[in-house]
Amino acid sequence: MSGGTFVGMPAFPTAAREALGNAQLRHNLAHATGTIRAKRQRLVDEVNEVSDWEELRLAGAGVKEAALRDLGTQLELLEASLTANGATVHWANDAAEANAIVASIAKAHGVDEVVKVKSMVTQEIGLNEALEAEGIAAWETDLAELIVQLGHDLPSHILVPAIHRNRSEIRDIFLAEMGQVGRPAPDDLTDEPAVLAAAARAHLREKFLRAKVGVSGANFAIAETGTLVVVESEGNGRMCLTLPEVLVSVVGIEKVVSTFADLDPLLRLLPRSSTGERMNPYTSTWSGVTPGDGPQEVHVVLLDNGRTNALADEVGRQALRCIRCSACLNVCPVYERTGGHAYGSVYPGPIGAILNPLLKGVGGPGPEGEQVDSLPYASSLCGACFEVCPVLIDIPSVLVDLRAQVVDAHRGGVPKVEALAFKGAAVALSDSRKLAFGERFTRLGLRVARRFGAAKWTSTRDLPPAPPESFRAWWKRTDGGRS
Amino acid sequence: MSARDDILGRVRKALDGVEAGYAVPVAPRIAPLADVVGHFAERVADYRAVVVRCAPDEVAVRVAAALPDGARVVVPAGLSVEVPGADEDGADGRVLTAYELDAYDAVVTDARVGVAETGTIILDHGPGQGRRAISLVPDLHVCIVRADQVVPDVPDALPLLDPSRAHTWISGPSATSDIELDRVEGVHGPRTLVLVLVEKE
Repeated sequence: MSGGTFVGMPAFPTAAREALGNAQLRHNLAHATGTIRAKRQRLVDEVNEVSDWEELRLAGAGVKEAALRDLGTQLELLEASLTANGATVHWANDAAEANAIVASIAKAHGVDEVVKVKSMVTQEIGLNEALEAEGIAAWETDLAELIVQLGHDLPSHILVPAIHRNRSEIRDIFLAEMGQVGRPAPDDLTDEPAVLAAAARAHLREKFLRAKVGVSGANFAIAETGTLVVVESEGNGRMCLTLPEVLVSVVGIEKVVSTFADLDPLLRLLPRSSTGERMNPYTSTWSGVTPGDGPQEVHVVLLDNGRTNALADEVGRQALRCIRCSACLNVCPVYERTGGHAYGSVYPGPIGAILNPLLKGVGGPGPEGEQVDSLPYASSLCGACFEVCPVLIDIPSVLVDLRAQVVDAHRGGVPKVEALAFKGAAVALSDSRKLAFGERFTRLGLRVARRFGAAKWTSTRDLPPAPPESFRAWWKRTDGGRS
Repeated sequence: MSARDDILGRVRKALDGVEAGYAVPVAPRIAPLADVVGHFAERVADYRAVVVRCAPDEVAVRVAAALPDGARVVVPAGLSVEVPGADEDGADGRVLTAYELDAYDAVVTDARVGVAETGTIILDHGPGQGRRAISLVPDLHVCIVRADQVVPDVPDALPLLDPSRAHTWISGPSATSDIELDRVEGVHGPRTLVLVLVEKE
């Protein structure tokens, strides 16, 4: 699982099977998701003592939904406000365009490194790899992202990307890797979290202090005022947003909300849903350039990269409300057992299972298409994700709709064995005489199925044994149980 | 066609037939707090910040007591209290570089708003609060909040803020839970936050 990108990973069932065999991973995940679930629930209960969590969710969903339904106007307004505030606005259709914009800004300032705030969108577009190809090192400064980057690994959770690593693994990574790219870890490094965090602090501080260019995403972008918002815990975000001379923020077009007041339900919902805190330690807001304070050259890259595909999907559109809190990951029984890597994308868990197909489209060619098409099935449809989503994304409904889209995309060509079996069932069940005839062969049919081709299906499901006689035969023999 | 036109064109096409003007439900307020300032103090302390409550005439003494002996201290222009021996950022028209700030042990600032329900201190970096960098790089942040600046909850704070300014919302010291979800204070921001809460006379 080292290095590389997410593309070309096996489809979910294959990746999940491998993950399920990793006992350490399952232990780490169960501990982590269980802990966060309990913290979140405590905070939701606390809100209900003085207010109403469900009403807060409605307000949060409403703020995002209103902006999405008016997205064209809101984006134009955002651009105008940002420009009036002294920021430079760029637009990017896709990852390649966005990466080229960031690289050209870095090059214009002659730098060979940038410091980065943890951001999902820059992972989505593979910014670090693109900058590396241009000879520019992108330093991740969030502790978990640092662990992932130094470990030549991939993140496995939206909020705690190194959730799959335990402390002794982290110690080994720091000892082996920090010295390769900057200040080495001290020789007497232990696996105490506080000691590891101190090593990261020392390692990154020299990078913060000398950095000329910072790169961030944004949690929210306010159209009316041209304000960007970044929510974080460690202060690495504040460092990157404040100390460099130049700041480039890559912002998905779905991040826009209309007014400054719209921050209210969102800032009350997000920390409680994500880390189980009343408020995250640090929230930074800035509106373009602040004279005499912070970066004096500010760029904003507004990115599509499939978001307009998702917007055009009537059922799936609501996924663009997502505020990346990761509550759905922490309650998902599938995620808890497989971890994030199995989803083969930067957005794992239930939200990833809908977001990736919506952004990329289903029915695509090759292994990547197969991988994307497998995601709507990576769910038990238990509905826990919908129950916790702070912006009321009905993930199960979108999953079901996407399954239909995947099936539609594969109509024609050679049908799968499973499709044939269900087609046969449809014929048999449509007519009582056909069913009666067929039932006489159930035992034989199941034996044949076991022998030829059902193994793939039965590896994850039970194929029940055939009953000793059919229901009709039993009814006839016993007169419906009366004799 | 520019990327801008491409994207806006696709957005409008995707939303063809979708009505704008969606009515946003009003976010609920919390039940009124009996003691807003006490609630604030409690919630800030819950974040493992040090909370010092004092009368207006005690502020300078309490601030001095929060600073370790011999600490190098930086303060912004316009700070509400006198901090003997502290350097002022921007004095003589020269702001401190990031490297220079890194040599300071502590910073003392005022604040703009305190939010009781969430235990949050909001800086808008006006007079007495300084540039964003000064309250970030030193390891100890002593922050002065007056009782009349404290509001019950987030929706009460937002109308008091000027969106054209940069804001920093602070809820406890810098913290991470990235290693096995064990909370550790002080990763990159100040490791210690001291709130000096100035009560009314």
